[in-house]
Amino acid sequence: MTDLASPELGDATRMSTAPAPPPRVASGGVWRRLRTAWRRLTSMRTALLLLALLALAAIPGTLLPQRGLNPVKVNEYIAAHPSLGPFLDKLSMFDVFAAPWFAAIYLLLFVSLIGCLVPRIRLHARALRRRPPAAPRNLERLATHDRWDADGAPAAIVRAAATELRRARWRTELREEPDGSVSVAAEKGYVRETGNLVFHVSLVVLLAGIALGGLFGYKGTVLVVEGQSFANVRSSYDIFEPSRLYSDTQLAPFSFTLRDFSASYEPGGEPRSFDAVVDYRSSPDAAPATHDVRVNHPLSASGANVYLIGHGYALRIEVRDPHGRLVYDRYTPFLPDDSMFASHGVVKVPDGLPKQLGLTGFFYPTFEATPFGPQSGYPAARNPVLALAAWNGDLGLDSGRSQSVYDLPVASLKHVANKQLSPGQSWRLPDGSRVTFAGVHQWATFQVAHDPGKKLVLFAAVFIVAGLLVSLRVRRRRFWLRASPAPDDAPSGRTVVRAAGLTRSDSGGFTDEFASLVRRIRTV
Amino acid sequence: MPANTHLAHVSDVLLVWAVAAYAFAMLGYAAEFAFGRRSAALPNRLRGARLAGRVAVAVTVGGWLAHVGSVATRGFAAHRVPWGNMYEFSSMAALVAVTVYLVLLTRQPVRFLGAFVMAPVVLYLGLAGTVLYAKAGPLVPALNSYWIKIHVVAAITASGAFLVSGVVTVLYLLKDRWERRSMPSLGPGAAAAVEVGSPPTEAVPAEAISRNTRGLMPWLPPAETLDRLAYKVIAFAFPVWTFAVIAGAIWAEQAWSRYWGWDPKETWSFITWLAYAAYLHARATAGWRGRRAAVLSLVGVGCLLVDYYVVNTVITGLHSYAGVS
Repeated sequence: MTDLASPELGDATRMSTAPAPPPRVASGGVWRRLRTAWRRLTSMRTALLLLALLALAAIPGTLLPQRGLNPVKVNEYIAAHPSLGPFLDKLSMFDVFAAPWFAAIYLLLFVSLIGCLVPRIRLHARALRRRPPAAPRNLERLATHDRWDADGAPAAIVRAAATELRRARWRTELREEPDGSVSVAAEKGYVRETGNLVFHVSLVVLLAGIALGGLFGYKGTVLVVEGQSFANVRSSYDIFEPSRLYSDTQLAPFSFTLRDFSASYEPGGEPRSFDAVVDYRSSPDAAPATHDVRVNHPLSASGANVYLIGHGYALRIEVRDPHGRLVYDRYTPFLPDDSMFASHGVVKVPDGLPKQLGLTGFFYPTFEATPFGPQSGYPAARNPVLALAAWNGDLGLDSGRSQSVYDLPVASLKHVANKQLSPGQSWRLPDGSRVTFAGVHQWATFQVAHDPGKKLVLFAAVFIVAGLLVSLRVRRRRFWLRASPAPDDAPSGRTVVRAAGLTRSDSGGFTDEFASLVRRIRTV
Repeated sequence: MPANTHLAHVSDVLLVWAVAAYAFAMLGYAAEFAFGRRSAALPNRLRGARLAGRVAVAVTVGGWLAHVGSVATRGFAAHRVPWGNMYEFSSMAALVAVTVYLVLLTRQPVRFLGAFVMAPVVLYLGLAGTVLYAKAGPLVPALNSYWIKIHVVAAITASGAFLVSGVVTVLYLLKDRWERRSMPSLGPGAAAAVEVGSPPTEAVPAEAISRNTRGLMPWLPPAETLDRLAYKVIAFAFPVWTFAVIAGAIWAEQAWSRYWGWDPKETWSFITWLAYAAYLHARATAGWRGRRAAVLSLVGVGCLLVDYYVVNTVITGLHSYAGVS
């Protein structure tokens, strides 16, 4: 806070409730040293330093890949920089925003903030009750001042001025002075500091809200093929990220079925819109409802939100044994490799055939043959083609080791044959079994997120903006007026009126306000 | 709906006119700044220079109208808000900067700022129209939300105002240095009082006046005025920026399932916010007022430019809507 206190003019010009700057040298006992250290920590200078430090500390988080955003890139970076990478990793440079040193800076900043706020709230509460400070002895010393002669008794002039000031919502205080003068002290704009304190308290509330979400929230990702369902239990998720104090009882008991997914694209293949229509129940007993989940349009179900975060093709592949018995019939999700949705996927048939069968496939929603090989020319399924390779051997599913459903250990398998299929076409393998490309569906990935601190954060954010606006718009100002009886040697014999005003140097326009105030008082 | 190519062409032509007008106005402001005299001592030169300044303002208003037309026709051509990619955002931010300048002009004698505002605006628009240019087209689905009206408008407004504050701050630092250097014996207050043609006084002897009225610096307002002007603009822009970040967080919560994720754009917006928060604190801290605080606000402008240019084009993140190919 700017402080205009000048030794000459005394307490009247001290306008800020900011605590006095800390003493420079710590001396004396332990207690005193601690007190000095605390005052230094809560000083504006320290806050300034910590703000700058926090900004600096955030920069590596934008220049280096971060685990929280893209773990694959972090691994690539470490692999590419074998000596520097692990060293940076030890310094938490790939988890900057979860790093202990980052937390240390912002926690210190908040300790400093709270330490500064508590005494300021006390001082401000006192300032709100206190009477405006008495007029300085020499009003003409202040930068904004005026002087005129008036008829009438000093007390009457000052009373009329005070009425006028109160009408303009100034807080006033009349004083009679020993030399026979009467003065009024007026003050306005206390709400500036109120706004300032609301802003800073809201920052603390915001941090509390963030902590609440970080401790009790959860999020998870699940891939759902058209026609399939999801129930909100932990085992349904493909990826589940609970927070530190999360418990399974927090999972809202909702479920949904992906009725239909549709995507539309620009002529050049850029996405135009995605719609995932789901039928959901917010609890097992609730009535079913329908929601169109889109980007920017999540489904809100009993405290959790369901977001559409990705999509792709799921291909219905049937496998029959040499006798024509159906041994495999599933929609297999294929993962997109480029923006035109050329995708790859794997089918594993461990049972029901003479030998275990693995299929690796590339899917082209709009197939185009080019000199560089097949590719997809458009993301929609205009001319879908599935290119399959068949493999025999031990798929390794009985080894007990976990295996991705999108990977086939082809190195230990025997390649059988390749084939390109359009929907409806079948392919007879050498051993007599038959693979059919039965149809094209789509899948969507949903993220389910629950953040119990969210509302508190929003609430705090609203007050942050409100407090900031008030504290930067309103200014605190003081106004004094003193009417003195005419000096004995003065020829006119009229009362001498002096007025002065004071504001913080930061904003202009006070001179005009002062002038118009004086004009109104003089015309009363 | 496909973009209306005819309207899009009109928008492009109007922008060229706006840039041309701003460039011409810049020359006018510069002429007034260089040859103008704020005293009655040289009436003839004064009149010509003042005319140049007035013409510059008129041309700026004309350019501003063309600029508004360019932005509006762009929006109608693409059937959406005209700030969907980096080119359009740049054009809007420059429009805000010119608007802030014109609004300031109606309230304060700040015509001298003209050349210093127009120069970066012309550069900015030149860069936008060439390097960043993208054809009018529909929005990507992620941007298809009413929050684009709230979040992006706030971000553009704050950015434009921060740019103006940066220009004023640079002028403040130059003038402040000049005041300190040119008249150490007189002190900064007296130095500020020196104007061409002002009568010599006890504090400011005639010899000091003639020595210190060479060059361009004397024509700038006193450093203290510039400092206060820069503060005013930042005091306006900072809450708007805060609101833009919060609105972005609310939007992110709807679009990406979390209100804050340390995406590079979010992080640099936060760093920019911190820099200006530091500036506001510095103004209230003994030993940091004035020059050091001003340097912090320039750091803020630097962060804003990183947030905008480097994050959009070099660092990959979720805010990859630049449309630059």
